[in-house]
Amino acid sequence: MNNSSETLLKVENLSKHFPITKGVFRRQVGTVKAVDGISFEIKERETLGLVGESGCGKSTAGRVILQLYPATSGNVVFRGVEITELSPEKLRLQRPKMQMIFQDPQDSLNPRMTVGDIIGEPIIEHQFHKGKERREKIEQLLKSVGLNPKYTNRYPHEFSGGQRQRIGIARALALNPDFIICDEPIAALDVSIQAQVVNLLEDLQDQLGLTYLFISHDLSMIRHIADRVAVMYLGVMVELASSKSLYGNPLHPYTQALLSAVPVHDPEKEQKRERIILQGDVPSPANPPSGCRFRTRCPIAESQCAEKIPEWREKKEGHWVACHKVS
Amino acid sequence: MSQEKLIEIKNLKTFFNTEAGIARAVNDVSFDIYKGEVLGIVGESGSGKSVTSMSINRLIPNPPGEIVGGEIFYKGKDLLKYSYEQMSEIRGKEISMIFQEPMTSLNPVLRISSQMNEILVKHEGLIEEEATKKSIEMLKRVGIPEPERRIYDYPHQFSGGMRQRVMIAIALACDPKVLIADEPTTALDVTIQAQILDIVKRLRKELGMAIIWITHDLGVVAGIADRVAVMYGGFIVEQAPVKKLYSTPKHPYTQGLLSTLPKLEGERTERLESIKGQPPDLHNIPDSCPFAPRCIHVSEKCQNENPRLEMTDPEHQVACWWNTEKENYSS
Repeated sequence: MNNSSETLLKVENLSKHFPITKGVFRRQVGTVKAVDGISFEIKERETLGLVGESGCGKSTAGRVILQLYPATSGNVVFRGVEITELSPEKLRLQRPKMQMIFQDPQDSLNPRMTVGDIIGEPIIEHQFHKGKERREKIEQLLKSVGLNPKYTNRYPHEFSGGQRQRIGIARALALNPDFIICDEPIAALDVSIQAQVVNLLEDLQDQLGLTYLFISHDLSMIRHIADRVAVMYLGVMVELASSKSLYGNPLHPYTQALLSAVPVHDPEKEQKRERIILQGDVPSPANPPSGCRFRTRCPIAESQCAEKIPEWREKKEGHWVACHKVS
Repeated sequence: MSQEKLIEIKNLKTFFNTEAGIARAVNDVSFDIYKGEVLGIVGESGSGKSVTSMSINRLIPNPPGEIVGGEIFYKGKDLLKYSYEQMSEIRGKEISMIFQEPMTSLNPVLRISSQMNEILVKHEGLIEEEATKKSIEMLKRVGIPEPERRIYDYPHQFSGGMRQRVMIAIALACDPKVLIADEPTTALDVTIQAQILDIVKRLRKELGMAIIWITHDLGVVAGIADRVAVMYGGFIVEQAPVKKLYSTPKHPYTQGLLSTLPKLEGERTERLESIKGQPPDLHNIPDSCPFAPRCIHVSEKCQNENPRLEMTDPEHQVACWWNTEKENYSS
């Protein structure tokens, strides 16, 4: 929230390329450039929203930042420590500070473990607390996410989707992290439950001073929760600005189209709205278009867009954009 | 909108026999669909919206599901009394359906051409060549580039959005009177969703079919529907013309849903409103109002008796004791 606060995480030119292999000898025949040179910073106690369509690389970006996948190139600096080059042992010491909440609480919780074991596992792994102290910590975590502390011996299937997501949040909080990547944490939940979970995340942020990278495709929810918003398209970042200026004055034609495509829950407005309807589909990241990656669907593309990669520049203070046509 | 009733559903009950007992997925639901209108059915998962729509086309897998009561009239005839053969004359020709996941609803080992032609050969009695011609025309209508070539492709050669277009082309090939669209854009990205909505709106103008659009997205419904029915726990809790529903929602659930949504424009809310609690367990629907445990206006009556959808206002109906009492009080 505070502009003067310090930088918590700095991502510089981060890339993640996956090889495409073929045949018995797994000969490499191409590369999927899932994330291709993105840079941004997250300040302490801030929420940065990361939006984009499926396949744009937003989840891969989240995972590379946490080093769940090794980066192909680029740097991730967390509180001054360059974590892409740390040895596994040293990286492990950093892990408690950086946690993740996943999209589908159904898949990310082990069905054979009790809730107490799920939340307790990171505590055991990192030897934060033992015995009675650990049990108390687990109960306190359950309470903090709005679940009954008596539920420690239940299994994930005994809970609803929203409650399971709360368990996932409790597990992420178990090691007192500073930074949490929320990867589509509400996408699998019903509308009436989404607000409960988002409110919980916001309360926890206030109480514990957390910093979030909030990955989502839901632009209305991102507007609500994020202080600043980054928009990705096909592995690159196309725009980054404060929530207010991104939604109020989007500069990149992709951001403009994306915002105009979101249905608004007001029939009067919705039926009159002018939509920018993009033609075609997102191209394959294995073979992205030359120059600007958005040019194949861009309503205002010119010949130069196919030739030159647009520069990532700060158009106004704090408002970054990569587009030739933005003057 | 003309007032000719195409489909009339009366007291429909569809239950599922599961290990945990009987799940009352659709529990006494009644509504009408008029010629050429778009009815939006909104609800969360488990509210019974998909089961309602599948009941109309008699697509409920039996066992475990069963339509245990009610009537579904299509042009005055009760579809529930139809035999399997009679029903297959209706499906695709009179009432078509498109589904959420276009990959699973297309056969992966058949070319698009044979999947499209099948329905035209069956219902329209066309020979293969004529059917192919008509199919290509339909693909062109839904905006598939190079339809003459693409018709011989397999489903996996199409993207998600393109597959949904193919599904729409198949569904509309025989010029049905009713199209049931069960969350057709939920699995798609917003920019692709905008394309599909655009196509459906255009085709509706051109072909004039009635549409039942099932979704959990109140934004999508706002843009496409004429009338909206809100479902909760297997019941319709509110039904109104789209503008009325959004401007003056009456049921506390509808009110709650609309206020929980973050806005894309205007003031940013500091904190989202939320509806407390969980959706009901369909195995255990009490005789009280299904929303009572989560309702902020709950009274004793709500916990004893389930309110019926009040037909007092021909346009705007709501099933809620709080509303009934408010109206009695003011009149």
